[in-house]
Amino acid sequence: MLALEMYRSLPRHLAGRALNGRSGGLALAGRVPGIVSAYASPLRLVTRDEPSVRRAGWARLRTRLSGICGSDLGALSGSTSLYFSALVSLPFVPGHEVVAELLEDCAELPAGTRVVVDPVLTCAARGVEPCPACSTGRTNRCERITVGHLSPGLQTGFCHDTGGGWGQFLRAHRSQLHPVPDELPDEQAVLTEPTACAVHTALRARVPVNGRVLVSGAGPVGLLTTLALRALTPAGEITVVAKHPRQRELARLCGATEVVTPREVLRRVRRATGAFQVRPEFASPYLLGGVDVAIDAVGSRRSLESVLHATRAGGRVVLSGMPAAGDLSAVWFRELEVTGSYASAQREEYADGSDQHGPVQQDGQRGAFALAGELVRDEAVREMAQSIASYPLHRWREALDHAGGAGGLGTVKVAFDPRSTR
Amino acid sequence: MSRPGFVLEVDDRTPPMLVHEGEGFRLESFPLGSRVIYPPESLPAIDDVDEAITEALLHPVDADPLPSQLRAGMRLTIAFDDVSLPLPPMRSPDIRQRIIEAVLTMAADAGIDDVELIAANALHRRMTDAELRHVVGERVFRSFHPQGLLTNHDAEDRENLLHVGLTEEGEDVEINRRAAESDLLVYVNINLVPMDGGHKSVPVGLASYRSLRHHHNVRTMVGSHSFMDHERSHLHHSAWRMGRLLAEHLNIFQIETTLDNNVFGARYGFLQKPEWEWSLRDQASMLAMRRGLALAPQRLKHRRFHDLRSAYGLTGIHAGRVEAVHERTIAAVHRQQLVEVQGQSDVLVMGVPFLGPYNVDSTMNPILATCMGLGYYFNSYRGRPVVRRGGAAILYHPLAPQFNQLHHPSYVDFYEEILSETTDPLVIEEKYEKQFATDPWYIHLYRTSHAYHGVHPFYMWYWAAHAMDHVDDVIWVGADRRAAQRLGFRAATTLADALEMASATVGSDPSITYLHNPPHLIADVR
Repeated sequence: MLALEMYRSLPRHLAGRALNGRSGGLALAGRVPGIVSAYASPLRLVTRDEPSVRRAGWARLRTRLSGICGSDLGALSGSTSLYFSALVSLPFVPGHEVVAELLEDCAELPAGTRVVVDPVLTCAARGVEPCPACSTGRTNRCERITVGHLSPGLQTGFCHDTGGGWGQFLRAHRSQLHPVPDELPDEQAVLTEPTACAVHTALRARVPVNGRVLVSGAGPVGLLTTLALRALTPAGEITVVAKHPRQRELARLCGATEVVTPREVLRRVRRATGAFQVRPEFASPYLLGGVDVAIDAVGSRRSLESVLHATRAGGRVVLSGMPAAGDLSAVWFRELEVTGSYASAQREEYADGSDQHGPVQQDGQRGAFALAGELVRDEAVREMAQSIASYPLHRWREALDHAGGAGGLGTVKVAFDPRSTR
Repeated sequence: MSRPGFVLEVDDRTPPMLVHEGEGFRLESFPLGSRVIYPPESLPAIDDVDEAITEALLHPVDADPLPSQLRAGMRLTIAFDDVSLPLPPMRSPDIRQRIIEAVLTMAADAGIDDVELIAANALHRRMTDAELRHVVGERVFRSFHPQGLLTNHDAEDRENLLHVGLTEEGEDVEINRRAAESDLLVYVNINLVPMDGGHKSVPVGLASYRSLRHHHNVRTMVGSHSFMDHERSHLHHSAWRMGRLLAEHLNIFQIETTLDNNVFGARYGFLQKPEWEWSLRDQASMLAMRRGLALAPQRLKHRRFHDLRSAYGLTGIHAGRVEAVHERTIAAVHRQQLVEVQGQSDVLVMGVPFLGPYNVDSTMNPILATCMGLGYYFNSYRGRPVVRRGGAAILYHPLAPQFNQLHHPSYVDFYEEILSETTDPLVIEEKYEKQFATDPWYIHLYRTSHAYHGVHPFYMWYWAAHAMDHVDDVIWVGADRRAAQRLGFRAATTLADALEMASATVGSDPSITYLHNPPHLIADVR
């Protein structure tokens, strides 16, 4: 089959880190299109064997559409922390935002069913006894992601054995599959996985009633998180930090009360909350006071510091994007509750600690994908889906460049369609 | 005998006119037939200032001589106009210093120990120590400031405010407690323009937001025709009601001074002379200044203008009961500034200079430029506005969207947040004024730093409300287009372009009047 394969290449990894500004490098990656995709990405288009997991509960799928996520770009540009190197098995086919169709029956799902994939490779998928996290439905916290009958891999798209969405075929376990209603187009369905992550983030935010929330970033993660916050939490004012005009429009559509530019964020939050602003020496200003909850949906140092600096003492900061290093003084001094939000869980926890709220689907699921399945029907997601750009696999360099500058180009998501040849 | 102000009609022999535009100026050729209003030349100044001061204090109007009002054991407070007057600042010694020294001498002779001095800065920024020293002089500063007896008024210090009562219109009168509880309040004023002084001194300069909001609002400003004419200014009517209430509770001894039009001094004499009278030296100065400004970096240019100290001459000093004193003061201001103008025109042209009351040693941001042009200059009339209703205003200023973070923190938010949503003064007042006025951070900066109060940019916008209501088109020549757009106006590169743009409003052959100020002038439109 034809697939894009991420492989081990120390020179390219180092080049990516240097160009990306890590290790005191040049920070050119985001500014010069083509430089990472052409010279510094350990990615190649290959013809390789189909993935070969042949156990009960697993099925073969054909990819219809697979999105390029920020974490994919991070891995390819070398900006992802080496922390994750123990949790992947190279070479692998990336792609964890997947809409696919079953090529064979899988439990009660007949061949031909269109599905979206929950990429987390849990104990059920690995064929091991459920770990404490999986047994309570907190599948994103699975503690067995390096064992079982699969190679290490935190998700589909990072595991050698399963394949990923950036190939023509992949394999997935029944526990990962969520059927897609016929009326939902692929472009909307491919946003289900990021929406599930957004649902998880929104619920992890534990927003107090009428709480003021700051969402830093208006890429797909930020936009969908805004949507989920508005739909699933009692948030009051939601301020979204957006760089580009199209992002600003979509943020409002997703339920933002106010949309500000990165330059304005501190000033606007200060004004809205009556906080005091102080300016330390040789460092950026911060607030004494601020929002109740802030969500970093970018994962850059600037964004991290922006949310830490704009959150009131005792407030909550959720790291939704893969985090960058930053000054954590505010966490200590302001006693911030900093929490991560990784992927999504099969059973989500609500602000009051229960798991008994939210829309309940017919099958009784109350996981993030079930909730996301409702949210992707929203008008805002329909609007976002219209600006998805899809590329065939062989135009992967263009696709990555496009994904790198998607926000400025008015694109919400760039995706691969391995069925396409042009 | 000094030359009175006059109106020139541009003909084919008229040289290009000097037009101020922020920290610079240009020479502009106006269309034939345009009217140019020149301010009067400086009136003769009083030779012996100290003697005039003594005379005023010993022979006040409608009041007992000051020494007879002073007695040992009394509580005396001296309040004085803040850094916003005069413009540019006066070369040392400032007239306020000379008056305050005279009053303090009399107080010492009477054996008064309890004396405090207060800068009547209302919601303006606190004056710096250097500015206070400049205004009151080294001797007074050293005697009072270290003991905390020379202070800025703090309109947010609840404990040190006193609610004196309500006017017959229900307006709160709340002023500085020390001033209100003094046996005698001496107010030392500089009456630069007709808007200043009278009951605008104590009831405004020493007031709180609670009190000021009754007259600093859109309704009042739109209804003041103009606020440079206290008899037809709703703002002043309100201040007068407050002043009369205060007079029932408080003994105020008002000292008002008037200055001549010597704004730029000999060094920049060409800036206050008709262009056709420029000597070779004037022309050389003008060319050298233009060249220097063109080459100088922004910081140097800024310093060159803001370091200017004017050698004003004193044209009058009156002391005594507020209203009686102010009548004489206004007459003196009018003698110096009034210019008779026959009829209105379709277009009013104004050059906004580098300095207004609220950017002393600071930046004239777009909101302040608007206030200066559409507020102060537009309202520099008596009778009727110089431009007809539905006409066009053309102003010169770069409108660079630059803000002094120390002085104008709330202006940045006003510009970025409020004006991007609406420029309608009524909507702005209704929706946002209270938020800004009560914002604890702005209040903190006003009280402890040198920031204008959070509500101040609103007042600047209201100041321009009458003009915005009166004209149908506002065009800024040489302005930053995005800034002009943010303010709800348009920008043009040249006067010809501006007139072309305004032709939809005033036709292709409009009558044009250019206000050739500073120095200050009041157009007495018949």
